[in-house]
Amino acid sequence: MSVAERPPSTDASGRGAAFHSPEAGGEPTVVQPLIFEASVPGRRAVRFPPASEAARAAAAGQPSLPASVLRAQAPHLPEVSELDLLRHFNRLSHLNHAIDLGFYPLGSCTMKYNPKVNEWAASLPGLAGSHPLDPAALSQGSLELEWLLAELLKEISGFAAVSLQPAAGAHGELTGMLMARAYHRSRGEGEQRTKVLVPDSAHGTNPATATMVGYQTVTIRSNERGGIDLEALRAALGPDTAALMITNPSTLGIFEDQIDQVVAAVREAGAISYMDGANLNAILGRFRPGEAGFDVMHFNLHKTFSTPHGGGGPGAGPVGVSERLAPFLPAPLPLLVEGDPDEVRGKAWAGRSTPGARFALEEPDARPTSIGRVRSHTGNFGMFVRAYTYIRSNGDAGLRAVSDDAVLAANYLRVRLAGAYDLPYDRICKHEVVFSGRRQKRQHGVTTLDIAKAILDHGIHPPTIYFPLIVEEALMIEPTETESLETLDRFVEIMLGIAELATSDPEALKRAPETTPVGRLDEAGAARRPDLRHVFPDAATEPD
Amino acid sequence: MAYSPHTEADHQRMLGAVGVDSIEDLFDDIPARVRATRFAIPPPLTEQEVRAELSRLADRNRIASVSFLGAGAYRHLVPSVVTEVIGRSEFATSYTPYQPEVSQGTLQSIYEFQSLICELTGMEVASASHYDGATATAEAALMACRLTRRHRIAISTAVNPQVRRVLATYCSGPGIELIEVPADLAEGGSGLTEVPSAEGLLDDSVACLVAQQPNFLGGIEPMRELADAAHAVGAQLVAVVEPTSLAMLEPPGAYGADIVAAEGQPLGIPVEFGGPYVGLMAARMESVRQMPGRLVGATRDAQGRKGYVLTLQAREQHIRRERAASNICTNQALCALAATAYLTAVGPAGLREVAERSMIQARHVASAIEAAGLGERRFETPYFAEVSVHVPDAARRHAALAERGIVAGYPLEGEYPELADTLLLAATELTTDDDVAALVAGLEAQR
Repeated sequence: MSVAERPPSTDASGRGAAFHSPEAGGEPTVVQPLIFEASVPGRRAVRFPPASEAARAAAAGQPSLPASVLRAQAPHLPEVSELDLLRHFNRLSHLNHAIDLGFYPLGSCTMKYNPKVNEWAASLPGLAGSHPLDPAALSQGSLELEWLLAELLKEISGFAAVSLQPAAGAHGELTGMLMARAYHRSRGEGEQRTKVLVPDSAHGTNPATATMVGYQTVTIRSNERGGIDLEALRAALGPDTAALMITNPSTLGIFEDQIDQVVAAVREAGAISYMDGANLNAILGRFRPGEAGFDVMHFNLHKTFSTPHGGGGPGAGPVGVSERLAPFLPAPLPLLVEGDPDEVRGKAWAGRSTPGARFALEEPDARPTSIGRVRSHTGNFGMFVRAYTYIRSNGDAGLRAVSDDAVLAANYLRVRLAGAYDLPYDRICKHEVVFSGRRQKRQHGVTTLDIAKAILDHGIHPPTIYFPLIVEEALMIEPTETESLETLDRFVEIMLGIAELATSDPEALKRAPETTPVGRLDEAGAARRPDLRHVFPDAATEPD
Repeated sequence: MAYSPHTEADHQRMLGAVGVDSIEDLFDDIPARVRATRFAIPPPLTEQEVRAELSRLADRNRIASVSFLGAGAYRHLVPSVVTEVIGRSEFATSYTPYQPEVSQGTLQSIYEFQSLICELTGMEVASASHYDGATATAEAALMACRLTRRHRIAISTAVNPQVRRVLATYCSGPGIELIEVPADLAEGGSGLTEVPSAEGLLDDSVACLVAQQPNFLGGIEPMRELADAAHAVGAQLVAVVEPTSLAMLEPPGAYGADIVAAEGQPLGIPVEFGGPYVGLMAARMESVRQMPGRLVGATRDAQGRKGYVLTLQAREQHIRRERAASNICTNQALCALAATAYLTAVGPAGLREVAERSMIQARHVASAIEAAGLGERRFETPYFAEVSVHVPDAARRHAALAERGIVAGYPLEGEYPELADTLLLAATELTTDDDVAALVAGLEAQR
């Protein structure tokens, strides 16, 4: 799950520039040709050994595929050497910004360092080669790892139970809302409770999730301090409320200091309180949502627990739930079926296996109250391996320090940049801080998009922009705990320089970026004339 | 903290700038009454210690020495160059490409991925990826509901049971009714979706028929007839496919599929206890505005340079919020890159070799079991690289062989009570003649 970056107008440049349209004629300049253009018939990268005569002879007696189902023309896959392939993708990789190249203060995304020992662990053949449908006797290590990770997530969040199944934050939201619905149905209130309350500062996934569950979204305004307006919330709560979905700390980077009253009000109304866990990085060891009375929360392992974002995924979005929602968790859960949980945990924390302990997956229909499966198998296991490695590496003290340093870094940037940019909610923040570029826009015609593009020319990824929606010209900065003070200071200098340039030479900012592989791209044109795939010159047209 | 860059002096400088005495002061906004009362996480480990712990868990798994297990997750060769490409940290440690000027590597690779998936499936547009094949199928069926404005979905029981379960969960939200179209599982039956039953169950309230090719039991479905049955009532055909089979089998676009969904794991992704995998989805261009998930399109900049951007975002949650086509945000981009690198590495000839060798070894193992008198194919109909074989006393033998590190496929009885004593055996290009001999000898020993 993440965050929007929505240009303020359909013209992505913000200056009405004339893009080179295909109609205007002329071939575009190509930065890196498509792999298809490197293709030479007959060239190979990988070959496979032929089947033996014995295998062919044995197969001959078996039914072959009828001609009517065979493909008429081979697909146009590239035909390249291994070196061609590697150079192509390596060159493409050079066109990316990445955490491993530079600062990436993208708000609400927690772009922290992704430790390499995590990758080492995920590549262990004993884990990567484990088949999800192997008999449990062969998968004790995978199952124990899942069970242990769930135990750690329970302790971190204060929830009674955890399912690792959801593949991403938004998928965790869907899982949570399906459980809320199942809970209300189990109490005979399924028909009556149809509304989900969502603050106006919420991620777009929250209302989209409500719709997928067949619920209506009701937006609750924020108060002048950036928190949810408790009176507006109380007025909206009623016998038709299914749930409240709230992000805490909020997308403004602010801890909801009336959170206990929020949770109590929701519970009193008979509704479910959902916490979007996108911002968990701010509160490790400080605030446990389950303990505070929330019913359900998703974790983003790809944010808080350092699994790499991969250019948009894979992530993992496990959910933690209160006792009253536990019966509805997705199936199957990994279970400790023989052995004492305290002993198994204690031994594992000391790096030892418990003799006689046995793990198994729940039988598919063993728990009739379950909402069912939300994806195949038990989830994005490779992400579980990385998150488990990360949590064990950091340990209790390390995880507390993660939040301490993430919050300190965000507050440092808040104070250092407060003079140059408007700060609509000027108070202690948590892991991120949201500025507004409205002063630059009103006084100099420089938009937040211009500021973001100018940042690109300094080898830094811009903050999240135009989100949350309740902040005009928003710049949402999340430095994370892994950036050095020198990096933070350099970012401050760049941001102050851009603010200065906005007053002295605003046109310079509108030309940005000038040092990136391509300049601002014609997004409106891309949507108007969708070109979504390479069309091969001799492609057979498929019948309609 | 294991990865903190800050010295004590750094902390002091930052605290001084912020104007507080301690980090503790920055958490004053968390009321005492809701503060965490415990945090019993084990102490930190050094790299040496954490490696030992992860090795312990890896060693507790027993990787089968011989395995005929597939059932939706297949052990294929993952070429080293594929692992190298997705290991590039410029790809692995970047975020969703919201700033296209510094994300052209990710964006162009997704455009290439979309092109390859269209090529394989014979469709006109492919999304940038979904969580897995099961969620891609569920999203495809919901997309058909939006396109047809109908609220019932028909699905063959010969579709992967996990996919059917996920679809049922997704349908429970908006209250969409699921209709099961039976497969012919009788003794001497075809093991295929019953076309007359489909025709009888479909009517103008049904949004789509979901069928799988090859189906979960290995058989080759009459997809053209199923497409005709769906189209006759104005419903769509959602084809669930296995990507390596498309080297041999006609593309879904050719038999009238309206939406295609697939598990992309066979394309260069390890079995990894079930994920991360990659869901594929493809459709016709006329349906693109109801398609869930990200799309990348080609465009230009002011200097006339070609570039790629996320496009048609008005379908997506961050713009459309409660009116979005789906809530999907994070997807499986790095796994889509693995599939792109894989299809590039094997090329058309290599993909065909993978499909052919897998087919030959599936036939080899079925033939060897039959020749030894240990069992026989449950259905007479043609199959691709997975075959349902009736083996007397299958459960006991399966368990006994597992003890010896041999996985005799997937026992079907749990999901299909009609298929007692039936094992679903999968082969890939990695299946060797020795594997076949070991399975036959193992079954023989358990006679």
